Amino acid sequence: MSKQTGIQKHRKQHISQRANQLSPSGIRKFFDLLSSIGGIISLGVGEPDFTTPWHIREAAIESIEKGQTMYTSNSGMPELRKELARYLKNEYGIDYDPTSELLITVGVSEALDLAMRATLDHGDEVILPDPSFVAYKSCVILAEGKPMSIPTYEASNFEINAADIEAHITPKTRAILIGYPSNPTGAVMSREQLVKIAAVARKHNLTVLSDEIYCKLVYGVEHTCFASLPEMKEHTILLGGFSKAFAMTGWRVGYAAAPREVITAMTKIHQYTMMCVSTMGQVAALEALKGGQDSVIEMVEDYNRRRLVIVKGLREIGLSCFEPRGAFYAFPSIKCTGMTSEEFAENLLTEEKVAVVPGSAFGKCGEGYIRCCYATSLSEIEEALNRMRRFVNKYRKT
Amino acid sequence: MLKDILKILESDARATPSQIAAMTGMPQAEVTKLIKKAQRDRTILKYKAIINWDKTENEHVFAWIGVRLEPQKDVGFDSIAERIYRFPQARSVYLVSGTYDLLVLVTGKNNHEIANFVSQKLSHIEGVKETVTQFILKRYKEDGEVMEGTEEIKRQAVVL
Repeated sequence: MSKQTGIQKHRKQHISQRANQLSPSGIRKFFDLLSSIGGIISLGVGEPDFTTPWHIREAAIESIEKGQTMYTSNSGMPELRKELARYLKNEYGIDYDPTSELLITVGVSEALDLAMRATLDHGDEVILPDPSFVAYKSCVILAEGKPMSIPTYEASNFEINAADIEAHITPKTRAILIGYPSNPTGAVMSREQLVKIAAVARKHNLTVLSDEIYCKLVYGVEHTCFASLPEMKEHTILLGGFSKAFAMTGWRVGYAAAPREVITAMTKIHQYTMMCVSTMGQVAALEALKGGQDSVIEMVEDYNRRRLVIVKGLREIGLSCFEPRGAFYAFPSIKCTGMTSEEFAENLLTEEKVAVVPGSAFGKCGEGYIRCCYATSLSEIEEALNRMRRFVNKYRKT
Repeated sequence: MLKDILKILESDARATPSQIAAMTGMPQAEVTKLIKKAQRDRTILKYKAIINWDKTENEHVFAWIGVRLEPQKDVGFDSIAERIYRFPQARSVYLVSGTYDLLVLVTGKNNHEIANFVSQKLSHIEGVKETVTQFILKRYKEDGEVMEGTEEIKRQAVVL
């Protein structure tokens, strides 16, 4: 080895336009700040505070002990796909062929990416709600598509409106991407509105990508699976997963259910980029489906108690907060303080050590709101509300 | 609903009516009324803490005692069970299926106290045919609570 001089010439790395055009997270500074402060109560998380139910973990451990450590079929273990088909039939009455219409993916995130890459051509437009999950726009852009945001408002419960969708349709429009129950707003869509969107999709021959990762987390309403609407199965790419319902975020297991041609195309990309989902993750997912939903029901009951506490608490503070009927987020307005969402989140963090996510991270229409995740203990929620009350009282303008 | 209230109290007996009202969306007065009624009709028997006595100086010994009964004319199992559960040493008493008829959880200051209870009291009760005493050596989980080494949940503070 030659002697190192200790001085290395810095090579300027070439970064693709593809990566460069992705907007960096607008709240990087906020994250850095967060990691430097101790004693924080975080309402900024995006995952359950339950650990995966034991029967699921136990099944995965056993599979490892038995040496189930090899690749599975690219599309996912046949037993898992079969069980998933049965589950979708039971839950929503939709028939998916486990051999050709289902694909097991690395979380919904991969399913979303694959769906975009499999269905979009350069310049194709995708209509999506604003605010919505941060990855939606970037996934469209990575697939060379063009995201077309449609504003949604607190006054209409952050539902995306079929008439608004139709008004934004151009000859380049290829798909509608919806994600309800919604991260960040906790909004759900009424069946009536979904039926209207279905009519628009049919009329203009559009694909609907429906991200239903939070489908099990609804409170006092019934979740409508978009693909279950009349004639919608052939128009829909249903994206789902195990993370939220079964408290399995770290396992990274999701799925896509769609017409055969779409799944074939998605599987092609998946096999070259991912091979297959981790085998133990799939074993765990299979156990989750087979083990019944008792633990899901219990978790939902628990979330519901905290949901009622946080919404009531936020309103008592004087923040307007529409009633979130799904997921585990409350999305109160902080406009009465005159601050931007980012200022509010940053000041709240430094002054009162409560972490929330600025609504502006999820789109322009999220400005003036903050996302508060209530998947945390009741005592923490109560303490966070106390601190927020103090903070809002100090800065209230109106 | 009463069931919602009971579930909350079962997991935290210290939850106040105002907290329960917030968690269920029911008016606080209604919550208070339902709790009082449940206490009156003994749906709620008692509020108590789950204690890990091993962490204290206080010595406590527990034993499970399987009891086989001799069916007797005119005397049902219920009345034999009653003669047993009247003793304060019997903490829990169950009628069970299988090898034994009754399962009795007994507590005492030491092994000797429990042995005395079994030989002096329990085995002399009319209708008791046989007893098998199993001393508890270590408690891993009590009433749904893991005694030691509970999981520490590590989550990212912010996830989008």
